[in-house]
Amino acid sequence: MVMQAGMVIIGAGECGGRAALTLRDLSFDGPVTLIGDEPHLPYERPPLSKEAMTGDAPAIKAIVSDELLAERSIKHIHSVQAVAIDRAAHSVRLSDGSTMPYDKLLLATGSTPRRLPMQGLGPRCVYLRTFNDALAIRAHLKAGNRTAIIGGGFIGLELAAAARRLGASVTVIEAQPRILMRGVPAEIAGIIHQAHEAEGVKILTGQAIAAIADDGTDVRITLAGGGDIVADLAVIGIGAVPVTALAAEGGLTIDNGIAVDAELRTSDPDIFAAGDCCSFPLAVYGGRRVRLEAWRNAQEQGALAARNMLGAGEAHAAVPWFWSDQYGLTLQISGLSDEGRSTVRRDLDDGAFILFHLAQDGRLVAASGIGRGNAVARDIRLAEMLIARRAKPAPEALGSQTVKLKSLLAA
Amino acid sequence: MSDWVEACEAGDIDEEDVMRFDHDGRTFAIYRSPDDEYFATDGLCSHEKVHLADGLVMDDIIECPKHNGRFNYKTGQARGAPVCVNLRTYPVRVDAGKVLVQVG
Repeated sequence: MVMQAGMVIIGAGECGGRAALTLRDLSFDGPVTLIGDEPHLPYERPPLSKEAMTGDAPAIKAIVSDELLAERSIKHIHSVQAVAIDRAAHSVRLSDGSTMPYDKLLLATGSTPRRLPMQGLGPRCVYLRTFNDALAIRAHLKAGNRTAIIGGGFIGLELAAAARRLGASVTVIEAQPRILMRGVPAEIAGIIHQAHEAEGVKILTGQAIAAIADDGTDVRITLAGGGDIVADLAVIGIGAVPVTALAAEGGLTIDNGIAVDAELRTSDPDIFAAGDCCSFPLAVYGGRRVRLEAWRNAQEQGALAARNMLGAGEAHAAVPWFWSDQYGLTLQISGLSDEGRSTVRRDLDDGAFILFHLAQDGRLVAASGIGRGNAVARDIRLAEMLIARRAKPAPEALGSQTVKLKSLLAA
Repeated sequence: MSDWVEACEAGDIDEEDVMRFDHDGRTFAIYRSPDDEYFATDGLCSHEKVHLADGLVMDDIIECPKHNGRFNYKTGQARGAPVCVNLRTYPVRVDAGKVLVQVG
């Protein structure tokens, strides 16, 4: 087959950027086109909610330079949206009116903040997804500023830490009984909760919001249980939803994201999807269909999609991995802790610890760790390898700091 | 260029492991390979300046504890995203049970 149209990637974030680079790493020499709706080069999103934003001049951490794009003949079209896929014609229509033909198409459209379904939101009620969003938020974060954060998830809590660093007063409002309900064990969420309170963040849990009124200067948040929070800025971080409209209108199967098979192929064999926007069968848990919003997943799936667009036929095999930085604490989780039925705690030096999550049959399915700096990193990485091997390590060994986890890999 | 510096005792590092070594305002990572050879690289990951000595050594690879960037610690070569800049390596020798690094 003569390749003429080449590979087209919709979404120029971590996932799409990695896919483009991987196609060239694998010596694909046809056209590679990377289309993004932001004005920037592909960049790393994790720093946007973290202390990296607290510097005087926050800058994009690009994953590729203009020079490298040129050197590798990757055409980057920025500030443009893909508006429709014509699967029969193998082409994508763009918001600038042009049409882009493809041989294989990768949808790396990512996710977008879940919108708070309430009346009364205004210009001081914002969401964080892009670098430009982060810059707009940062402009408000300073001593004397009152910041309300709606949602006690990772984005909101990381932003709370950054806001405190800049001297703003911070109130976090969480509807659930505790912060980080999704995916983080209570024991670890409790440590993070304490760290925030020690830094002066006010955390309100189990608080539904009855009303919001934003007059363009002040945001008044009325709690269902009574009482008002008045803030200069309300950042809403209540989760993210996959960007699927383009795929859905193109007739592709959607199932909590763009549904793909183990090779990241959608219901159209010439269209792949990867990263936050797709749901896929997670082999390590017997093919349970999941969608992950995580940087490493975006990176790995971008690369895997590229290999499979070139015919590698390689199934996804990675174990999910997440991290979060707040103040000096780092949380790392490998696997999905909701697969576990029991936990074993392993204490490390300086108050750091890891919870190992075991399935009914004793298989290690996840590990959640927290500590200062990178105290848990090495053991979480080893746990990830054990999870990938479907290992059933002895609980006593997992719980004993004198037994090296590395020694369990040899078993 | 004979500025050999004593970093640690040979037995301070387990096989297939790594240790941090700070000297004169600089930081290094000293490795002991599975076949009992010693190596040294810059101590900080080329991606986000994280101490590699908190990372995991598997065979001849050191993996950054923060974002899993991988390097061959024998050559310093970056082994894939997110790292793309190689680590500088330094000569190492073991003398009378001491690990010496040429930090020049």
